[in-house]
Amino acid sequence: MSNALSWVAIGTLSDIPVRGARTVNTPNGRVAVFRTADDRIFALDDRCPHKGGPLAQGIVHDRSVTCPLHNLVIDLATGEARGEDRLCARTLPVRVEGGRVLLGLGQRAVQAA
Amino acid sequence: MNKSNPRERLVVVGNGMAGIRTVEELLALDPGRYDVTVFGAEPHVNYNRIMLSPVLAGEKTFQDIVLNDRDWYAANGITLHAGDRVVGVDRAAKLVMAVSGLFVPYDKLLLATGSDPFIVPVPGKDLPGVVTFRDLADVDAMLAASAEGGSAVVIGGGLLGLEAAAGLKARGMDVTVLHLMPTLMERQLDPAAGHLLEQALEKRGIRVITRANTHAILGEGKVTGVRLDDGREIAADIVVMAVGIRPSTGLARAAGIEVNRGVLVDDHMRTSDPAILAVGECVEHRGHCYGLVAPLWDMAKVAAAQLAGDGGRAYQGSVTSTKLKVTGIDVFSAGDFAEGKGREEIVLRDAARGVYKRLVIQDNRIVGVVLYGETADGPWFFDLLRQGTDITDLRESLIFGQAYAGGAPLDPMAAVAALPDEAEICGCNGVCKGQVTSAITAKGLTDVDGVRAATKASASCGSCTGQVEKLLALTLGDRYKPAAVQPVCACTSHGHDEVRRRIVSQGLKSIQAVMQALEWKTSCGCAKCRPALNFYLLATWPGEYVDDQQSRFVNERLHANIQKDGTYSVVPRMWGGVTSAKELRAIADVADKYAIPTVKVTGGQRIDLLGVRKEDLPAVWADLNAAGMVSGHAYAKGLRTVKTCVGTDWCRFGTQDSTGLGIKLEKFLWGSWTPAKLKMAVSGCPRNCAESTCKDIGIICVDSGYEIHFAGAAGLEIRGTEVLCHVGTEAEVLEVCAALVQAYREQGRYLERVYKWAKRVGSDAIRAQVVADLSNRRALYDRFVHSQQFAQVDPWAERVRGLDAHEFQPLSPLPVLEPAE
Repeated sequence: MSNALSWVAIGTLSDIPVRGARTVNTPNGRVAVFRTADDRIFALDDRCPHKGGPLAQGIVHDRSVTCPLHNLVIDLATGEARGEDRLCARTLPVRVEGGRVLLGLGQRAVQAA
Repeated sequence: MNKSNPRERLVVVGNGMAGIRTVEELLALDPGRYDVTVFGAEPHVNYNRIMLSPVLAGEKTFQDIVLNDRDWYAANGITLHAGDRVVGVDRAAKLVMAVSGLFVPYDKLLLATGSDPFIVPVPGKDLPGVVTFRDLADVDAMLAASAEGGSAVVIGGGLLGLEAAAGLKARGMDVTVLHLMPTLMERQLDPAAGHLLEQALEKRGIRVITRANTHAILGEGKVTGVRLDDGREIAADIVVMAVGIRPSTGLARAAGIEVNRGVLVDDHMRTSDPAILAVGECVEHRGHCYGLVAPLWDMAKVAAAQLAGDGGRAYQGSVTSTKLKVTGIDVFSAGDFAEGKGREEIVLRDAARGVYKRLVIQDNRIVGVVLYGETADGPWFFDLLRQGTDITDLRESLIFGQAYAGGAPLDPMAAVAALPDEAEICGCNGVCKGQVTSAITAKGLTDVDGVRAATKASASCGSCTGQVEKLLALTLGDRYKPAAVQPVCACTSHGHDEVRRRIVSQGLKSIQAVMQALEWKTSCGCAKCRPALNFYLLATWPGEYVDDQQSRFVNERLHANIQKDGTYSVVPRMWGGVTSAKELRAIADVADKYAIPTVKVTGGQRIDLLGVRKEDLPAVWADLNAAGMVSGHAYAKGLRTVKTCVGTDWCRFGTQDSTGLGIKLEKFLWGSWTPAKLKMAVSGCPRNCAESTCKDIGIICVDSGYEIHFAGAAGLEIRGTEVLCHVGTEAEVLEVCAALVQAYREQGRYLERVYKWAKRVGSDAIRAQVVADLSNRRALYDRFVHSQQFAQVDPWAERVRGLDAHEFQPLSPLPVLEPAE
């Protein structure tokens, strides 16, 4: 049961700027929801695995974001940092349905919300 | 087969391409098996729906696009009820009912009802003059409207909408396309190609408004225009809704057949009722609905085999490609072209020919193709994609297309070498190859600047610079030593100066235009080049270029400095370092009210509030604004502080009003964006208490007037300033400083501080521009003043009023939960 996902509507696609991000507070911490130039949506913990920088505030390019604190480049789909660092941010499932952005959260997190 | 038995009865609902193609396939497999009855809602024979665009554009007639004429139906013994819509299916009795009252029994039923245009649910959507673009009747309605001229609005910048727009334009209407998304055809094209398409349409006189959200369609009794969410109104005599299609499932749903987005079918095109099959745009197969023609052919084959009793054939889904049918605009796309881990892109841009090609490669296979301007190789790339061909051996020359497949990579040098002497190299100045090569030899030229001076080749727009360089290399051989240019970033081979020069000479006014003209090697740049391009465009086209917030570093987007814990620091301006009890009280109140943990005096004579939560920024600013304070731009690549001493007001050594001058300078220069941060100071005497001699620009007051210093540094590097000049009045100080800042804005490379700029171009060269050459100084000053009228807006006040509100507030989850599948 603790593994089951629930999809929580967090807003509409147009709430998120193209090549930008918004954050959403969840019981498990702040999540950054990104929208790329081609309108793909990705969700990651809003914490750079390097020094905890707020990834949502970085510049979004291709399918990556550059952390505003120290310019680490994070792949939005995998959360992995570019380069040899072996650092990885946690990704969350997210999908768009009829213009609504749905974030996949663990059952426990949803109940707490 | 026992011929004495009556033949089975097949009823086809839908006289379009999918239904009739299935019948054709069936006739080829088993001609005598069924008595076929076809119902069509339209009063026509089967025609090629995808060719409606050329009919609208006047390039074809209806007769040209007919696929099966009445003789065909007769010859094959098919009963056609054209113009008679089927309104019901009685599955128990195996009967279909048509609107005319006709009942027809079936043994097998084929649903090919196609799709319906999606109508945006806005007020006025039902007004006369609002049409869709789906069938011949729609085309006739558009043609009738265009016969009277006037203006048309097309809602939807996808494939269909753009074809409608081009057609109406060809018919002489004044056409505006409204598109909700930032770039046209965003499902089929990447933003780079979408941008090129927009430019091409604009060039044809079709107005394109992206990010256009239709609020209402206006008119009393007949459409007169469209109003957008932002209040803009566009006049229209006709409005074409082309925002998308939906599978037409009403009939199936009413008959109790399983329907999701489309009519659900298995791999044999069977619906949940074994006697009923479905094909075409009305179906949903393995979660996909298709709106293009290629999948119909595959489905028709499978459905026909199934009807002929061959259940061995299965439909596996289709990979589709798209081509825009607008004469003179060539666009092709297929597959998935998003960036991603393990994916590489190969980009080829040819600015001169307006070509953009992008292949997305994963595991040595093409997974996505976008072609703009040259699409001849589209089918070849598409074939490689569908076959999953390993392209390792083709890779070097792949992007150049099939003609070069597997051959040697194109040698651009050889292409230039092969040009005849009369071939024109520089179109702007009419210089041919022979002139360039003979000038190189005769005058002993060794670099591009030499060629520019001697022949004018590449001296205007500069787009032939590459060819001139190749001619230098060909003529001089090893003696040609091109100056090593540090590229802006890995996305380009061009350096900052070339980028700046081309923005001006070619009048490039958007990031995408720069990337195309300078043949960027990536489709949308990176975190290094985008902020640089954004600054160059902003500095070059004041009042015209719209700042791209998403190409700005967070501090300049949020107008505050991000700190290591993700909070922000807020520094209000204190003009010339002077404050008051009222301002200090407001700062203290803000610190209390928002529980700001640290209040610190900065090195630039002002006060820093550290640890402000992002959500609180607008409220903090509102309180500071209310006390008369504005943004201090402590986060900006722009004017930071003008530090001063107390000067003649108080100091017994003061020679001039250094505080007053500092305030005047700060009030004049604030708000302008510069390549890097700009720090200034004004000292009232040579004792230099304001430390003017380590600033980007520093003033030292003396008895006889003012010494203007520049190019100091006290950061990573320590450098004393150099004297720029000595002037007699405050007005001259302001003029020289503004001219100096403007020269820096126009020549400095992004992130290059004043001292580095001065070292690169030479202090004497700067002195000559802003001191000695009075008319040039004045011109620089005027350009600065012009740009300031757009720059001097307090960014805090704008955001207090609600600009960019999304930046400060997190999304709030809605209380709607649904279980995951």
